[in-house]
Amino acid sequence: MAITKHHHEPITAPEVGGIGHSVKRLEDDRFIQGAGNYVDDIELPGMLHMVMVRSPFAHAEIKSIDTAEAEALDGVVAVVTGALLAEHNLAWMPTLSGDTQAVLATDKVRFQGQEVAAVIATDPYIAEDGAGLVFVDYEPLTAIVNPMQGLEPDAPIIRTELEGKTDNIAYEWESGDEALANEAFAKADRIVELETHYPRSHPSPLETCACVADVNPATGHVTIHMTSQAPHAHRTVFALVAGLPEQNIRIISPDIGGGFGNKVPVYPGYVIATAASLLIGKPVKWVDDRTGNLISTGFARDYYMKGQLAVTNEGKILGLKVDMVSDQGAFYADAQPTKFKAGLFHIVTGSYDYPAAHVKTKGVFTNKAPGGVAYRCSFRVTEASYLIERLAQNAAYELGMDPAEFRKKNFIQPDQFPYHTPTGFVYDSGDYEKALDVAMEMVDYEGLRAEQKQAREEGRLMGIGLASFTEVVGAGPSKDYDILGLKMFDSAELRIHPTGKAILKLGVKSQGQGHETTFAQIVSEELGLPFSDIKVVEGDTDNTPYGLGTYASRSTPVAGAATSMVARKIRAKARQIAAHLLEASAEDLEWEVGKFFVKGSPDSSVTIQDIAFAAYTNHPEGMEAGLEGVQYYDPPNMTYPFGSYIVVVDLDQETGEWKVRRMVAVDDCGVRINPMIVDGQIQGGLAEGYAMSSMQWITFDETGNCIGSNFMDYLIPTAWETPRFELGETTTPSPHHPIGAKGVGESATVGSPAAYVNAVIDAVQHLGITNIDMPVLPDRVWQAIQDASS
Amino acid sequence: MEITFTINGEERTEEVEPRRLLVDFIRSQLKLTGTHIGCDTTSCGVCTVLVDGTPVKSCTMFAVQVDGRAVKTVEGLKENGQLHPIQIAFKEEHGLQCGYCTPAMMLVGSKLIEENPNPTEDEVRWAISGNLCRCTGYINIVKAIQSAAAAGNG
Repeated sequence: MAITKHHHEPITAPEVGGIGHSVKRLEDDRFIQGAGNYVDDIELPGMLHMVMVRSPFAHAEIKSIDTAEAEALDGVVAVVTGALLAEHNLAWMPTLSGDTQAVLATDKVRFQGQEVAAVIATDPYIAEDGAGLVFVDYEPLTAIVNPMQGLEPDAPIIRTELEGKTDNIAYEWESGDEALANEAFAKADRIVELETHYPRSHPSPLETCACVADVNPATGHVTIHMTSQAPHAHRTVFALVAGLPEQNIRIISPDIGGGFGNKVPVYPGYVIATAASLLIGKPVKWVDDRTGNLISTGFARDYYMKGQLAVTNEGKILGLKVDMVSDQGAFYADAQPTKFKAGLFHIVTGSYDYPAAHVKTKGVFTNKAPGGVAYRCSFRVTEASYLIERLAQNAAYELGMDPAEFRKKNFIQPDQFPYHTPTGFVYDSGDYEKALDVAMEMVDYEGLRAEQKQAREEGRLMGIGLASFTEVVGAGPSKDYDILGLKMFDSAELRIHPTGKAILKLGVKSQGQGHETTFAQIVSEELGLPFSDIKVVEGDTDNTPYGLGTYASRSTPVAGAATSMVARKIRAKARQIAAHLLEASAEDLEWEVGKFFVKGSPDSSVTIQDIAFAAYTNHPEGMEAGLEGVQYYDPPNMTYPFGSYIVVVDLDQETGEWKVRRMVAVDDCGVRINPMIVDGQIQGGLAEGYAMSSMQWITFDETGNCIGSNFMDYLIPTAWETPRFELGETTTPSPHHPIGAKGVGESATVGSPAAYVNAVIDAVQHLGITNIDMPVLPDRVWQAIQDASS
Repeated sequence: MEITFTINGEERTEEVEPRRLLVDFIRSQLKLTGTHIGCDTTSCGVCTVLVDGTPVKSCTMFAVQVDGRAVKTVEGLKENGQLHPIQIAFKEEHGLQCGYCTPAMMLVGSKLIEENPNPTEDEVRWAISGNLCRCTGYINIVKAIQSAAAAGNG
């Protein structure tokens, strides 16, 4: 089997380890020895422990809260309620979408699991005992458990605290040109329709959210060790929420046990622990339990989507219309750029060339946890990619075309880039057909189609599902992208020490992506310093430059670019020092990885290490000493990774069970810095895509009880179920990124769910089945087959 | 209650509250924080340690139950200053990303290859099916365990 590889050829030696080298990760030495340093590992003198009291009801008035028995328990230091926080003006806080959410409920609870009180004790077991002794008198109200119910005219209003609020609408937003879309639809031979629900899912990193808040009573300085994907943004939010001087707040985000978007928002637990530490004068640790994590912290997805694709009988797409309703939970708390109310869902036009699209979205409050985080996804790109790829596959069936042929007929062609989409994106680069061709060759597409034909004749069901996705990542250009007004640039500070070693400080924060290695490699590429001589520091707001953090695959596109640029700044200064050392003019010098030499006399050279030493010991007169710099990078455009995935499933008609036989993933994320790490990111994303399509599911009963509140009900695939992935690649560099990289952490989660589901649909579409909602559970498949045959 | 046990080869006697879970005892009292907590329901396996050589989810055992027994945690994998082959293999094969499930995965893997020096891919996948990983998609974890087995045979 031919696997096409198009690696960037390394220009550095393996021991230098620049771009293109699969060097082993520098961070691993501590992790393999159990010496990682996660928030729960932090213990401070006199530290107290906090446990949350949560609402058992989805919607209820709080009549009273009795904390007396809890407070009387030996070892309990305090019980914090919303009333106490209200005295300090901390009962409500802003969400990342500009709404406000309760820190501790005062008037009523709006979802099951909402924080009602917090017990602080000398020991976590005692705090847990105390939580059981807090008695809350509730008056249950009717719960709204889906957005359609929330839109009914007589639906109870969830956000009664908002003056004049007479409905449950969180936002309304549209994108594209409706008139143009109508014109396109009028010309169409057929309209292909798909209504599908992208169910509520939860990122569920294995480490839950946690913090140790430490307010020094003598100085008033606040240090918060917290599971934060965005420590700088969180510091600013804390300054705004609590009115604390920002220089007195230090957020330390140590090792993080997975984030996937779950650790982007500011949660009530962080604020309450900080308030408690301030009031008590001792450090307070809060470590959420798994149920708390699942029922109260940022969920993802929950979009009810209706898509229509206007096509000609020859298989050309003319236009797209989408009407979408999102279930926002009780507060509008999407972690997303301010300007875009449904995230970047308008990337829904996909990898295809057509002039017209219109997207209409409506967010609805329900009695569920708030969230809408970008779960391994760049702000709702996952939902968008899923819809267009499901529609494309269904359109092919309706036209009697092969799904691969239909896609090829509509792909944006390489010479059309930069490509302006009908909803306003400017795709930077791509070669979609090539990626699909590589995938088809790897999987032996023609052979599989022949086998499928044969299988159907024999009464066996097998399916081949495709997805040719385009992502939009690397938020983002400051003219369009901000969160709470903070522009989405990022930063890098690089210092070269006298001995030629270096420290690189970043505003982003790894949660397992391998930043300590990858970003060192970018410096190696630019300066020729061995990657192992470079220490990468992140996650401490006192010691790193400002940045918006790691999510939405933005670290490599934004902070990676900043790293590259700051290294180039330093190289420019190094040239001046080299000229001084070589007694030549700077213009007469040439750079070769790791050294400058005089043009025409390669023997006359100085290494970057020599230059670094000279910067501190023998710098030219009139030049500032030292060799360091800071770069803030405001990206000129987003980056647009893409790929083609093909899934092959065998489906048991009697039980509805389906098994993945093959999963071939061809990704193009531009230039790959560390191919080993890139492959690891893709494998992880493919597993999460499989999880969402096959089992992960947060759902609710009619009274708003969360089904999926623990890992016995919320299923995460083990090594046993997880498919064996086969990876291929193409490389189309981003033209506007300094090293041509596009970002890769989320491509597989974005692109793969449609491929899995399309494979199942492909196995049964000849029976007339066009949709089964995720998670595609065996009973849903079985039911669809029963319904189709009756 | 007073219990006597060995931890990573060292005999210890400790006073422990009867209701204290083994994982909390290991982390808070023995100060060995390489063992993690992920779910409270015996589902995720990040708290796995070896008790008398058998993988056990330490969130579902009381500390008092290890009285008279031997406990091994990730901190005990390295012996005489030498990393265990499985530790080396996890790094070499990129078998970890965030590192949170890694200690437990390595302990389960070390036990497997001790009993089965040539595990097949399916045998490895079955052996670690009580341990969740959210980052890697498992492929490189399986490779790491197989590669550690091969190193042990070499």
